[in-house]
Amino acid sequence: MTFIKNMLDKMKPTFTTGGKLSAFGSLFDAMETFFYVPSETAKVRGAQIHDAIDSKRSIFFVIIALIPAILFGMWNIGYQHNLAVGCQDATIWCNFIYGLAVILPKIVVSYAVGLGIEVAVAQWKKEEVHEGFFVTGMLIPLIVPVNCPLWIIALATAFSVIFAKEVFGGTGMNIFNPALVTRAFLFFAYPSMMSGDKVWVNANYIDSINGTIDGYSAATPLGQLAAGDAVTAAPMDTIIGTIPGSIGETSFVAIMIGACILIWAGIASWKIILSTFVGGAVMAYFLRYGDAEALNFPWWEQLTVGGFAFGAVFMATDPVTAPRTESGKWIFGLLIGAMAIVIRVLNPGYPEGMMLAILLMNVFAPLIDYCFVQSNINKRAKRAITK
Amino acid sequence: MANVIKLCKGLDINLAGKAAPKLSPASQSKVYGLVPDGFEGVKPKVVVKEGDVVKAGEALFIDKKHPEVKFASPVSGKVLLVERGERRKVLSIQVEADAQTVYAEFAKGVPTDGQAVLKALLDSGLFGYFLQRPYAVTANPEDKPKAIFVSGFSDMPLAADTEFVIKDEVAVFQTGIDALAKIAKVYLGVKPGSILENVKNAEVTTFKGKCPSGNVGVQINHLNPVNKGEVVWTLGAEEVLFVGRLFTEGHVNLCRTIAVAGSEVAEPRYEKVLVGARIADILGDNIKTGGKVRIIDGNPLTGVKTTTDAFLSAHTTEVTVIPEGDDTHELFGWISPRLKEFSVSRSYFTWLMPKKEGYVLDARVKGGHRHMIFSGEYDKVFPMDIYPEQLVKSIIAGDIDRMEALGIYEVAPEDFAVAEFVDSSKVELQRIVREGLDMLRKENE
Repeated sequence: MTFIKNMLDKMKPTFTTGGKLSAFGSLFDAMETFFYVPSETAKVRGAQIHDAIDSKRSIFFVIIALIPAILFGMWNIGYQHNLAVGCQDATIWCNFIYGLAVILPKIVVSYAVGLGIEVAVAQWKKEEVHEGFFVTGMLIPLIVPVNCPLWIIALATAFSVIFAKEVFGGTGMNIFNPALVTRAFLFFAYPSMMSGDKVWVNANYIDSINGTIDGYSAATPLGQLAAGDAVTAAPMDTIIGTIPGSIGETSFVAIMIGACILIWAGIASWKIILSTFVGGAVMAYFLRYGDAEALNFPWWEQLTVGGFAFGAVFMATDPVTAPRTESGKWIFGLLIGAMAIVIRVLNPGYPEGMMLAILLMNVFAPLIDYCFVQSNINKRAKRAITK
Repeated sequence: MANVIKLCKGLDINLAGKAAPKLSPASQSKVYGLVPDGFEGVKPKVVVKEGDVVKAGEALFIDKKHPEVKFASPVSGKVLLVERGERRKVLSIQVEADAQTVYAEFAKGVPTDGQAVLKALLDSGLFGYFLQRPYAVTANPEDKPKAIFVSGFSDMPLAADTEFVIKDEVAVFQTGIDALAKIAKVYLGVKPGSILENVKNAEVTTFKGKCPSGNVGVQINHLNPVNKGEVVWTLGAEEVLFVGRLFTEGHVNLCRTIAVAGSEVAEPRYEKVLVGARIADILGDNIKTGGKVRIIDGNPLTGVKTTTDAFLSAHTTEVTVIPEGDDTHELFGWISPRLKEFSVSRSYFTWLMPKKEGYVLDARVKGGHRHMIFSGEYDKVFPMDIYPEQLVKSIIAGDIDRMEALGIYEVAPEDFAVAEFVDSSKVELQRIVREGLDMLRKENE
């Protein structure tokens, strides 16, 4: 593999300051560190040795944790499609390839737009390209309905990267989870593309000769609940994920595999994940008595349908936008879980509440931290006085 | 029976090349150099001229702000060179050692009163070895410390084992503690089963835990934390021996038993040397050949990169040698297993198959510098009742009130060493904390 090293070394002068392509220095740097661990050594003072972990590896483990949800999402796109068009004998591969063809352009668009902006900003600020967007860029295609047009994804991604992240100073400085800002942008700017019963299943025939199936509708369980209908999906389907929904959110099982990977690797906070589920479960249990339709819907199923699990595992655990104190994480999770169910059940306008609950708690995360940090400060101040 | 404090947070890093418990013959340097930079926070004023003849224990330089604080020559001989750098900064004062050391004589026996002890320490140049909190700088003799803290062990990777260093001089150590106890209350932190457990005239506390529980700062935080307006002094265990020797031998004997350790040291061992010995004389040909190495004045977590031409710093208790590693190019580091690497992250395999013989870590930073992304990383290895991340952020922001509120008076850069090691965002925590302390000191003085 030394040829890569030789090639990079050969190209390097062109991209460094003064070189012909120095305007793309950040891009080159990103490529170089993608291939090789930086060989920069410690300064004269300070720790002379360092742990092998870096943000790149941590971030790519989140992507690894997303793989089960991505793969299942691909299959489910094909499965729901073939269900809609009445194709009975579609094989697993057939479903999967169809889903791949649908999701791949979304991933490409999300990455191209987001990374394009990130690289440009990094070049402008003369910094390294931060890898945070690799996760955001993968999350975005997974939290949109399958029929979401590519240009809208591009627009929303651009909005989120610029206004939710870069204006605050880039990865590590943002207040809101950028992937959720993307979704919120879509949700409020293009509501017809994000909700209802027409967006969740790709009902176009592959060969356009036959046209589309007019009026095919497939509501998500939460859509049915919000409309006051009974949920048609069996509980088992909501756990396995063979239901309509945003691409990555439907399979509880796939998301939990991801959760195990994240918790095992120590990258996501188990405290946030657990407390979100606890908060959601408790709220769902008690709210059954307030709402007729929800009364017939088992409380625990609130946790398996919609974006609850996906949000709890991949969105609420974003370390930058969650509280930084360990005790704060418990409060944060509990409130997200509870809030998500409150919005779902008590608000007639929004079938799903996870996105809004997490964004709302992103705002409060610094306040939660403040309380815990302040108690430490007070303790210290008190100690100084009594002495 | 000593009090026991158990600390859960921390991280022991098992590095290859630990010093074997055997003492090799003292290596003699021709030239010894006292480096003012080794005494944090001191503005040196050189009091000797090139060509002067000094005795061991006579001042080579003093602190401009506190002229009574002297810094003594470890050997007797002729002042060879006052080495200066940019803007005439004093880099070192070099003394050509006599074949037979002539000592400046001081009174034997511990004086009965604290002021007399302090005066003896100031006169002999040993007071310069005292550090203080707040600011983690060389102590100010005008302060009235509420206590003196001594840590009886270091659990930094490759650090010298204090038990081995002190084992033949426990009585001298006791004399040192007796002297310190005249100045203020003495706290001594020891590890379980230590030979120092029965030291008298000090409140002895056993600390059970991982690195950095041997840091005196961690021990202060758990025993008698520093509040705003208070001062405590700290002294290394081996420096207590200096004090003890002053009052038993009647002269300044700056002999240390240092560990020469690290994966690139051919024979890791202990050596008896004087403060200010040349690194080249300490290492000799004890370095493995082949490959670029990094020589560290101190341990790999808190030490300073040095060269063979440099001199052993005043507070250094070990010299370590690790691979430099700048010619290592690891492909796809973000995903490959990298079994040789040490990591607290379970995305590596350290947790599954820890290397019993120790890890060979080089000096690479192993990642790009980022803003703090992942939370809780510092917390896990920071066994003090302080929020490390918030404190560091307040320093970066230059918010002095918040630094004070969050407890900057209680910390030293070394307390953040393990956090700096584990940090996936590769923030230079020790540099930041040093800057914060300096900023605050400038503001308050």
